[in-house]
Amino acid sequence: MHPILTQLRRLALYLLAWIPIAGLLAYLLAMPGAITWRESLVMAAPLSLVYAFLCLSAWYPCRVTPIERSSFSRLFSTHLATALLATGLWVLAARMLALELSQSASYRGLDKRFSTEMPLLVGTGVLLYLLSIAFYYVLLTLEASREAEARVMKASVLAREAELRALKAQVNPHFLFNSLNSISALTSSDAAKAREMCILLGDFLRRTLGLGEKTAIPLEEEMSLIRAFLSVEKIRFGPRIKLEENIDQEAMDVQVPPLLLQPLVENAIVHGIANLIEGGWIRLDAQCKNGDLAIVVENTYDPEAPARRRNGVGLKNVRQRLEARFGNRATFGVKTEGDHFRVSITLPAEREARAT
Amino acid sequence: MSQPAGRKIQAVIVDDEELARQVLREFLSAHAEIEITAECANGFEAVKTVAERKPDLVFLDIQMPKLDGFEVLELIGNEAAVIFVTAYDNYAIRAFEVHAVDYLLKPISVERFEAALARAKERVGGKTNAGALPAAELAAAARPPQQYADRIPVRDGAKVFIVPVAKLDYAEAQDDYVALASEGKKHLKQQTIASLETILDPTRFLRIHRSYIVNLERVARIEPYGKDSHVAVLANGTQLPVSRAGYARLRAYLDR
Repeated sequence: MHPILTQLRRLALYLLAWIPIAGLLAYLLAMPGAITWRESLVMAAPLSLVYAFLCLSAWYPCRVTPIERSSFSRLFSTHLATALLATGLWVLAARMLALELSQSASYRGLDKRFSTEMPLLVGTGVLLYLLSIAFYYVLLTLEASREAEARVMKASVLAREAELRALKAQVNPHFLFNSLNSISALTSSDAAKAREMCILLGDFLRRTLGLGEKTAIPLEEEMSLIRAFLSVEKIRFGPRIKLEENIDQEAMDVQVPPLLLQPLVENAIVHGIANLIEGGWIRLDAQCKNGDLAIVVENTYDPEAPARRRNGVGLKNVRQRLEARFGNRATFGVKTEGDHFRVSITLPAEREARAT
Repeated sequence: MSQPAGRKIQAVIVDDEELARQVLREFLSAHAEIEITAECANGFEAVKTVAERKPDLVFLDIQMPKLDGFEVLELIGNEAAVIFVTAYDNYAIRAFEVHAVDYLLKPISVERFEAALARAKERVGGKTNAGALPAAELAAAARPPQQYADRIPVRDGAKVFIVPVAKLDYAEAQDDYVALASEGKKHLKQQTIASLETILDPTRFLRIHRSYIVNLERVARIEPYGKDSHVAVLANGTQLPVSRAGYARLRAYLDR
């Protein structure tokens, strides 16, 4: 597609750029003194318009002979030939115009006097044509680099998407295995409780369905997911789990990546409370400040507990998801103080629903 | 370890979740020849109970408070047949390397449970734990490569001590045992010094002598001793002999 002809605005700009060229041409033609200033202006204006359009054709040879991939002789011969052709057509047009004008009384003899300007006209024609060729090559190079940039951008977007897919929010299957084992225990001792646990587990799983495909959910939804998760875990661990929630009402509709906090709560149980004979507590804080959502998940743990192999995988995954999604607009910190383990997160408080 | 006729097999269930213990209890109730002598909810309790009651069979969860299942097995030795019970399938190979009888995955099926129990009865009924390397050595050998211990569990009778590796000054070989010197105390553990060496991080611990491994952070200086031997003087004043090979290793470490 021609870069100038296809857009009216560009064409107008292009023709505007030819006005000073027309002035220059008039000046050049009048300089030798063979024709008057008035005759020069009358000739230069239509000739510039004609040549402006003729020079538009330079785009096509430029496109078929890319500057990086064509030999010098090919470039030279192609552009010299087209330049001469364009100039020839232009000179022909000039002669016809001069001849036509000389018919009228006020421009008598113009064709004769104008013929002395021919070498000047040929030189200007070739030069202007070569200039337009240079212009189109610059345009082509710019376009190529813009395309390359867009490709790089697209590649990095694709890479990030792949990364996000790899880090997809997932429910830890061991939670399911342990819960199923608990249900298996309850079926013979307390059928009603077994049924209750099936329902709670079903409720939790339903809430997690399709979350992997969503990029964000309101904090409120994540919180109800966590409550469903904890109600299952409470049957497993009995009174050993205590949850404390301090969540600002205004934080509830902030959009957060799905299953961002659930793994932290699960960590707090698996690496914290499960190791404490007397059990412990989990505290969940969420506050909005300065356009950010600040979340703290804190729990008690046994600093002398046996290290677990999976330890850190959940935390690492959450940190990477935050990083991939928000870059340096999110922070992630882990701190241990005595028998308290604390994860602090801040992320931009976005409210309106994003496209899913 | 053959059973006197008529004596029931003594079993202990170890799991921190009451419901998980309940499943095993229920499955075992179908077997009159087995008696559940105790249930434990954490690793410390498990070691204590096994030391006191000497059961034949232990059902052992892996992830528990205080001590994990592998540490419990390391401390109770080969005296009881052990069946691991866990929701995680990634410990299975390690479980068999420490001579566990079987490895049951939660949720447990009756069929798998029966098969595991049959194997356990075979082991209890005479086919003893052949080979009988100390359990700590099996555990050391089963440790994943490049993953060094950060704590060493030690048992003294029914009591369990945890020696954090960072607080270990040195270890000294004493026949089939190692004495672990930590915070002014010495803890004896049934393990060879060579096996202990494999679980300690070689960038922090060095075998300076056939009978000694030292925590490099504790070494204050090296002094010549006699004609061509040396002693390592620790920060607390303890002097440990350094063999010629040990001195070469120390030099190599210090020159790095």
